[in-house]
Amino acid sequence: MALLEITDLHAETAGKPILKGLSLSVNAGEIHAIMGPNGAGKSTLGYVLAGRPGYEVTGGSASYDGVDLLAMAPHERAAAGLFLGFQYPVEIPGVSSVQFLRTALNAQRRARGQDELSAGEFLRIARDQAAALGLDFEMLKRPVNVGFSGGEKKRNEMVQMGIIDPRLAILDETDSGLDIDALRTVGDGINRIMRAPNKAVVLITHYQRLLDYVRPDFVHVLAGGRIDRSGGPELAHELEREGYGARAA
Amino acid sequence: MSDGRNAEALGVVADQSSYKWGFSSDIEQDFAPKGLNEDTVRFISKKKNEPAWMLDWRLKAYARWLKMESPDWAKLDLTPIDYQDAYYYAAPKARPTLKSLDELDPEILRTYEKLGIPIEEQKVLAGVEGARKVAVDAVFDSVSVATTFREELKAAGVIFLSISEAVREHPELVRKWLGKVVPQADNYFAALNSAVFSDGTFVYIPEGVRCPMELSTYFRINAANTGQFERTLIIADKGSYVSYLEGCTAPQRDENQLHAAVVELIALDDAEIKYSTVQNWYPGDAEGKGGIYNFVTKRALCQGARSKVSWTQVETGSAITWKYPSCVLSGEESVGEFYSVAVTNNRQQADTGTKMIHLGRNSRSTIVSKGISAGRSNNTYRGLVRVGPTAEDVRNHTQCDSLLLGSDCGAHTVPYIEVRNPSAQIEHEATTSKISEDQLFYAMQRGLAQEDAVALIVNGFCREVLQQLPMEFAVEAQKLLGISLEGSVG
Repeated sequence: MALLEITDLHAETAGKPILKGLSLSVNAGEIHAIMGPNGAGKSTLGYVLAGRPGYEVTGGSASYDGVDLLAMAPHERAAAGLFLGFQYPVEIPGVSSVQFLRTALNAQRRARGQDELSAGEFLRIARDQAAALGLDFEMLKRPVNVGFSGGEKKRNEMVQMGIIDPRLAILDETDSGLDIDALRTVGDGINRIMRAPNKAVVLITHYQRLLDYVRPDFVHVLAGGRIDRSGGPELAHELEREGYGARAA
Repeated sequence: MSDGRNAEALGVVADQSSYKWGFSSDIEQDFAPKGLNEDTVRFISKKKNEPAWMLDWRLKAYARWLKMESPDWAKLDLTPIDYQDAYYYAAPKARPTLKSLDELDPEILRTYEKLGIPIEEQKVLAGVEGARKVAVDAVFDSVSVATTFREELKAAGVIFLSISEAVREHPELVRKWLGKVVPQADNYFAALNSAVFSDGTFVYIPEGVRCPMELSTYFRINAANTGQFERTLIIADKGSYVSYLEGCTAPQRDENQLHAAVVELIALDDAEIKYSTVQNWYPGDAEGKGGIYNFVTKRALCQGARSKVSWTQVETGSAITWKYPSCVLSGEESVGEFYSVAVTNNRQQADTGTKMIHLGRNSRSTIVSKGISAGRSNNTYRGLVRVGPTAEDVRNHTQCDSLLLGSDCGAHTVPYIEVRNPSAQIEHEATTSKISEDQLFYAMQRGLAQEDAVALIVNGFCREVLQQLPMEFAVEAQKLLGISLEGSVG
């Protein structure tokens, strides 16, 4: 059974159809890259899977670990192990990352029937993850993403992913805004946190360059609201050379 | 303090079987009859065993009140109050008693549970039959704790009594300061309070003493039974310090619709008073029916050089809140601070803020106001910064932030700035924002249910104010904010 099974998914936002019959099967242990032109519906796919209000599913299905994902509230999906890395991480003034993540992680743990982590246990994990991603731990004591550079925000997303330790990560353009060193650090982070037999990643990206560090098992082209083409890692190189337009024409 | 209040409470209980007050009927009763006249004032004074000067003071206030009119300048939609259709002195048992917690509004019960209030304390707060005895017992049970505190305070020379006791035991201090900061005729509600106040607290911190504990922290149960017209007087003598906590996070119901308290603070040279309030009076149902009107006059006189008063308030309750904790900064280099969170939901209305009156040279003030509006509520910040002509080098910084949840609520900021000295530096910043869908979704994606996400974001918005509260109060206040806003999004 696939960890994520999307079948003929249709979704719209503000009355405008975006996903038009998208199907995708992701098994545990796999990393899938989703590429495609602007406006193809890549971010919408992430939002729909994470349950963002304002994105309405009009047809098809998505199951996660055999359960109807679309019937779950956003925080229930999170507790079940789904993590969305945001293209534009959000600022929350007045709330430190430490407080934010500890509250969130313990909410997830309660939902799963696990004990909450003590402050000490949590801080140890947070310190380790920040160090691994090259983010000064002091930054996690500051309000969530407030005053962070674009690169710091993306690193912070990966620190969050490391702390939350999900089973399925959907990473929406995590590579945008990163310089080459940061790209390597983030790529290493994704491999370290998510490369495991029981986990899977859906990596949404414009560019091939992140795939030099996180080698996907499958590459898909999302165009016109559906998976237009699928292949192995070589497809990413081909797209990098020829673009999306050439083939569509 | 606990001793005094308990003695009073026990006295009232004991009185119920034996006490006769015959001026209106021969039925045994422990309350003044409905309506307000000179006899009501005399009744209260007599009931409190007050000396003649205190009664005279009350009667003078009553005479002034008669000539005044209820103000109407606030941005509040207010049904006129019939002052003759109310009781002005009643034993605490006047609240309707419940046979058990099962009879309590499930909404309130749920809130108690969320706040983590122990069952016995819940019963007291809800007015369950027989629970009052429990409350008294509860304090008796902890009598050793109370004794320790009392002895500690006594050793430090701190006077901490009910205002009635202070009138009898320390008349020189009460006569000297009562009504000095908030004169009897200051405003309509202050005059009313001066005539009929029935309960309250008196604190005196002697010269050079740092009060060894947060006052009133350990008297929550008693504090829950505060009267309709509370009177508080706190005097910090030279070089002293005190932190005073007022209120309760648990929702409190009361049959008295109008609450008009007066709080007077006096800080002498180098003294500091920190006054923290959490107010959660019953706000009424979703349509605003049955809620409490909270019209309070709170003012501090920073009379001494380098004196400091800091007001911190978290206002979530009441149908209508109307209060402006203020500082008269007459001492040189005196400091006034006002940190406020006001939450309104459903049909609640709040018109609140502060007045910083700068008279002393080099006096400084800071105002941080956070207004949160949800439902169909209205939330107004109204603040005055005044600099007198002889006050040189005054500084003020004001920050007013409003957060809107939903599209049917209102946030208003009404700053008044009157500067009569050109050396003053006055800054005013104001922002209004809506809670963002991005923030909510981000928090929910990380695992928080929607209401917890709202609570987290709102707590972040209020952080500058909440961090001024003493630790244990701050934790409760954070929970309270979340509860107050339940159901306000989505």
